[in-house]
Amino acid sequence: MNSFLGFIKKEFYHIFRDPRTLMVILGIPISQMLLFGFVIRTEIQDVKVAVFDQSNDYMTTRIIDKLESSGYFSVEEYLENTNDVEAMFKKGNIKEVLVFEPGFAEKTLRDGTASVQLLADASDPNIARMVTTYTQNIIRSFEHEEFQQQTVPMQINVQNRMFYNEEAKSVYMFVPGLMAMIMMLVSAIMSSVSITREKELGTMEVLLVSPLRPLQIILGKVTPYLLVAFIDAVLIVLMGNLVFEMPINGSLTLLLSVCFLFIFLSLSLGILISTIAPTQLIAMFISMIGLMLPTMLLSGFIFPIENMPKVLQWFSAIMPARWFNDVVKDIMLKGSGFFSIIKEVAILTGMSVLFVVVSVKKFKIRLE
Amino acid sequence: MITIKNISKSCGKVEALRDVSLNINQNEIFGLIGPDGAGKTTLMRILVSLLLPDKGSASMGGVDVVKQYRQIRKIVGYMPGRFSLYHDLSVEENLNFFASVFGTTVEANYYLVKDIYQQLEPFKTRRAGKLSGGMKQKLALSCALIHKPEVLVLDEPTTGVDAVSRTEFWDMLGKLKQSGITIFVSTPYMDEASRCDRVALIQGGEIMTVDQPARIVEQYGKRIWNVKSAETYRLLNDLKAWESTTSVYPFGQYLHLSVDESTGKEDIIAYMQSQNHEPYVYEGFSIIEDVFMDLMGKQ
Amino acid sequence: MDTSRKIIEVQNLVKKFGHFTANDNLTFDVFGGEIFGFLGANGAGKTTAMRILCGLSKPTSGTLQVNGFDVYTQSEKIKKTIGYMSQKFSLYEDLTVAENIRFYAGIYGIGYRERRKRQQELLERLKMPEIKNQLVKSLPLGWRQKLAFLVAVMHNPGIVFLDEPTGGVDPVTRRQFWELIYESAARGVTVFVTTHYMDEAEYCDRVSIMVDGKIEALDTPRKLMEQHNAQNMEEVFLHLARN
Repeated sequence: MNSFLGFIKKEFYHIFRDPRTLMVILGIPISQMLLFGFVIRTEIQDVKVAVFDQSNDYMTTRIIDKLESSGYFSVEEYLENTNDVEAMFKKGNIKEVLVFEPGFAEKTLRDGTASVQLLADASDPNIARMVTTYTQNIIRSFEHEEFQQQTVPMQINVQNRMFYNEEAKSVYMFVPGLMAMIMMLVSAIMSSVSITREKELGTMEVLLVSPLRPLQIILGKVTPYLLVAFIDAVLIVLMGNLVFEMPINGSLTLLLSVCFLFIFLSLSLGILISTIAPTQLIAMFISMIGLMLPTMLLSGFIFPIENMPKVLQWFSAIMPARWFNDVVKDIMLKGSGFFSIIKEVAILTGMSVLFVVVSVKKFKIRLE
Repeated sequence: MITIKNISKSCGKVEALRDVSLNINQNEIFGLIGPDGAGKTTLMRILVSLLLPDKGSASMGGVDVVKQYRQIRKIVGYMPGRFSLYHDLSVEENLNFFASVFGTTVEANYYLVKDIYQQLEPFKTRRAGKLSGGMKQKLALSCALIHKPEVLVLDEPTTGVDAVSRTEFWDMLGKLKQSGITIFVSTPYMDEASRCDRVALIQGGEIMTVDQPARIVEQYGKRIWNVKSAETYRLLNDLKAWESTTSVYPFGQYLHLSVDESTGKEDIIAYMQSQNHEPYVYEGFSIIEDVFMDLMGKQ
Repeated sequence: MDTSRKIIEVQNLVKKFGHFTANDNLTFDVFGGEIFGFLGANGAGKTTAMRILCGLSKPTSGTLQVNGFDVYTQSEKIKKTIGYMSQKFSLYEDLTVAENIRFYAGIYGIGYRERRKRQQELLERLKMPEIKNQLVKSLPLGWRQKLAFLVAVMHNPGIVFLDEPTGGVDPVTRRQFWELIYESAARGVTVFVTTHYMDEAEYCDRVSIMVDGKIEALDTPRKLMEQHNAQNMEEVFLHLARN
């Protein structure tokens, strides 16, 4: 039998026979996805908003009524200008201000478009994101009811403006972030643990004293995890799309190719860790503290990178997950093609090559 | 077949091996005998190219273990101290895997492991982790043999295994020798020396002596008296206090006593009686362990 | 050995795991101050029986007393009056000798003054008073094993269980270890020992050999050798275990 195939077969036996490994590669992606998904989708209720209505015509009145009757919002104040907005947000009561431009109905009928600006207090970006999304949805549904009989397409232009955090860029940020985290988990942690387990068991000694070359041992160990992690990536994209209605505006092939690249990168990190760590426990520690925590905290997954101090922003630039997040977001939300993400892909590829070269160099052909 | 020249090796502050030289002939069972920490594992790891010696050189079948390590890894079958098997794989899967690692198949070299593997056949679907110590040992040996190595390096294959499995294991090594394989084996059990063609006694990183086990005992030349009484511990202390005693220590159901040349059996009996022991004294024969302890004392 | 004093009394001990019978109707006594060898192949049921005797596991049936306490109802009392040492675990390597002694003294409720006295005595028996403040891991293996034994009998147990105590130890240290065992036995401590070294079985006063969950032989080494017409205990063992 071909030694490579034999190796992979054996590795799959290890994966499928260990309930804990199975838990990590199947249970964690699904449970994390649901957990994060539902935490982010917490319902909002009676959010206090203010309105600065410069037209006061039938359309703006209907929109405001619709907002009020939805149960999500209650209009607390009608403003005369936007000067006090910041002071209002500082007091903390009002979470959003709607600004209708003058002559709203007239403009809509004449030009086919009119603007409403949403100003939100984004000091808590998650809430700001939710509030503006809900408002937008209500305006969209109004648009739908009102203009469907019209032959000329008409639309209301909704402009968001976040206060304190200019653009809360990361609507649905959790899907790319979660993908990065889980792929790190499966690829880097599981592969480094499985390699160090052989060291602990003493089987690595026998593999070293065989004609296998270091690269063969490494490839044999990590190929199965490449496949498993890829399945996880597909699973997350599917769940994001089906359960949480995360759009996939760009090419699916491109998206999956980028996932593949990121998995490859995580695996090379895992191998690197296994060359340093003598035991499973230490491999686990290094992966957790050296990879998982920074990935969660510095990649823009939980805390927006824009809000970080400069030093941490530099750090986030060396986090592979940060670039991966950007790419996934671009492909899924903006529908970007290959040429607009070429910079991130180049960075990720460069990192992978670096890690692979270092870990093959560091992989010891002896015990010392 | 195996040539080891002036090898020294330090692991941290500890000098694991000090100027070790050995020659092992083609097709012999050579035993490296010594307690834990004597340097057995270090020497074996250097031979199978897992460690680099600080000083000295070694070769197997003319192939240098440092420079031509890739070549070495093709001709050697190695069984590390703990039976390194995959516990979550079955007997059969382990064997198939190790065959594939060496780019061969179980069928191609089955004749070599047949005798051993047949005993495992009824359990071939059992996970290796669930096997008894003796069966693990047999499986590990099969795995080390499956690529038809020229040299077998076995690091403490009989440790932690019961006496029955141990005897069977040595019988197997005897058969393997007939198929032309050179076997270098280490053990902490002194009584296993007699199963080897030649042995080296190792202690504190130094080889104390190398020869056929029978000749090592012959050349020892000291008379050993087996003595015994109803109160072993009091007898031990009484003999330790006796000026004619050169050495005395417990040995199985007896005490092994050596005395100076002017002292005979009658003197021993007389002394024991004087100390209120009912004397039981007869001349014993020394074994490897007596020699080992004597050499340890000189070291 | 004091045959009037039974330390362990086992009658018809049976231990089953599901359908598997690990101990099949064992009956034996161990006497005060005796060195009792408990031999058997891997998987013959030694460990199971030893666990029951130490109060760590309940038998399926049979009557058992250790130090006069019943294993079903008084296992906590048994644990206080026995000592235990195994090759795998005995002392904390990252503590010093004195710290280990203090720890074990604490477990068995030995007070400060008594501990000082016994620590002194223990180090004298080892003939190594200078190692008191050394880390256990810095000691050679043989010394550690001897130290572990003395710590296991520090609380003056009626019986001490030794599980493979001398594995891998050099022959000289092994002899010294046995001298310690003899010395303890002479003081009246019963020693219950398992070993893979068949020659070591000959050090024991009496030896039992287990095969497939049953005790196939129990006698002094000399009588067993005579019965089986054997030169040494290894031959006796092979003779019994192979059938």
